[in-house]
Amino acid sequence: MATAILLPISQPPKAEAGPWQRAWRRLRRRRGALVGLVVVLIFIMLALFAPWIAPADPIATSWGAIRKAPSAVHWFGTDELGRDVLSRVIWGTRASLLAGVVSVSISLLLGVPIGLAAGFLGGVVDGVISRITDAFLACPFLILAIALAAFLGPSLTNAMIAIGVSATPIFVRLTRAQVINVAVEDYIEAARAVGNSPLRIALRHVLPNITAPVIVQATLAIAAAVIAEASLSFLGLGQQPPAPSWGSMLNTAKNYVDQAPWMAIWPGLSIFLLVLAFNLLGDGLRDALDPRQR
Amino acid sequence: MFEFLVKRLVTIVPTLVLVSMLIFGLQQLLPGDPAKILAGEEQDPTVVAYLRAKLHLDEPLPVRYGYWVSGVVRGDLGESIRTQQPVLELIAQKLPVTIELALLAMTIALLIGIPAGIVSAVGRGSAWDYAANVFALWGLSTPNFWLGILMILLFSVQLGWLPASGYVSPFEDLGANLAAMIMPAFVLGNAIAAVLMRHTRSAMLQVLSSDYVRTARAKGLNERTVVLKHALRNALTPIITLGALELGTLLSGAVLTEQVFTIPGFGKLIVDSVFNRDYSVVQGVVLVTATAYITLNLLADLAYFLVNPRLRS
Repeated sequence: MATAILLPISQPPKAEAGPWQRAWRRLRRRRGALVGLVVVLIFIMLALFAPWIAPADPIATSWGAIRKAPSAVHWFGTDELGRDVLSRVIWGTRASLLAGVVSVSISLLLGVPIGLAAGFLGGVVDGVISRITDAFLACPFLILAIALAAFLGPSLTNAMIAIGVSATPIFVRLTRAQVINVAVEDYIEAARAVGNSPLRIALRHVLPNITAPVIVQATLAIAAAVIAEASLSFLGLGQQPPAPSWGSMLNTAKNYVDQAPWMAIWPGLSIFLLVLAFNLLGDGLRDALDPRQR
Repeated sequence: MFEFLVKRLVTIVPTLVLVSMLIFGLQQLLPGDPAKILAGEEQDPTVVAYLRAKLHLDEPLPVRYGYWVSGVVRGDLGESIRTQQPVLELIAQKLPVTIELALLAMTIALLIGIPAGIVSAVGRGSAWDYAANVFALWGLSTPNFWLGILMILLFSVQLGWLPASGYVSPFEDLGANLAAMIMPAFVLGNAIAAVLMRHTRSAMLQVLSSDYVRTARAKGLNERTVVLKHALRNALTPIITLGALELGTLLSGAVLTEQVFTIPGFGKLIVDSVFNRDYSVVQGVVLVTATAYITLNLLADLAYFLVNPRLRS
């Protein structure tokens, strides 16, 4: 008890801050990263509170209001079935954010353990995993995702699986490389000498020391996944109509560019802003968490 | 160098074998009986039986893979369920269009990305640097199909300068061909220009702070010679390797760009065959894409060798 009271006096507050607090301090100083964070939070709010924020039902058609230009009633105009574009953009946030987060979670859950195994076990396991990773990486990301989505059948869930699986090799490679770097450090040697089991060393000593680059990559991967989901939906392989998603809205909007350009502008701008925000946040996190990569 | 080449070629073999397994394995993802799915909605029993025999569906998986891959090696990628045309022939028809698009896009990307990267590295912290970085973020964050729609809106609908679609072969009318290709090429090149700019900037920054550049400056060489002759040459090596990784982006981006501008290329072929449930065409396209990507990366490694004399010895 006494030490707990004495500590703040005997040590300057800066030295007390852990690595995460120091990273947060560095992140706070970067304006771009903060803007990114705020924009991401706004989109999360939009997605969570869509039913209360959206002024109209996103799938309610109205034959009396087909392709109406933006007005006081419909701020972003209406689409080819008379649906309110603003409401569809707000609801579409859900598909995009969900796709970004779920597909990257799939990549992390698959990629990190596989990469950990490859880097930590080495030998034959590493050889096999690395060759398979190479094979996956030989197929361009979106083309692999299109092929997977095509064979699985078009739906938002399958699009997320396709994107997640296609992005997995990136995390396998990253984790493997990081593990190999960390594994030669003295503290790992020490943990081994003390008699820890390999599994415990991997999970308790290696994993915490590779989280920073993985978090950075995950944030940037969300940006890529949001674009990938929009791309698949644009091609008709993601979210199915009438459920709103930015990519599928652009797919229809393409056919009415000359008559109703507002149909194309808002969903595209939303994709751009969300992706930009994740990219800014990812760049900021890289500088804050992983200064070596700068 | 010869040894390196052989080694590099040998590592390609297992990758290609695994890629072919991966692509063949896609078929296993189809829910239910592939023959019934491939036969289309009518599910004509004679067609189902024909497909069953043709795809050797009654044989075990490794045997089927053996049949498929032995065909692939002989250049037989199967045939389209819709048009009965050999898949390889279909691909050969569409490929030149995409290659033209990709070459134009890469040219635009190089013309924008490398100068922008040099300017931003040389004037680090200046307004130019800031502008180039904003451009890079824009390029990385804009979905290219949206950019395509916006360009159609501006240049085709509003200004009426360029056609929104309608591909013309360059051998028929080069002017009309370029008019139809310039927007898609720019859309596709934009994102790659952004990546190239970032790579060029960081490679140049590193080189510009090296000792030999300081020596070159100390000798009294003018800044132009130092930057373009001494620094850029050495910065090019990482730019080539990292730039080669963008070839995948180029191929993926072509799918979307061709869809927006209705260009009858490779990307349109894969999307159309996805919707026609023409799975052998999808498999063929992915296989050719992967092979092309692997080959292009090999060529990039070779180029890396050629521009880096230290590796040649």
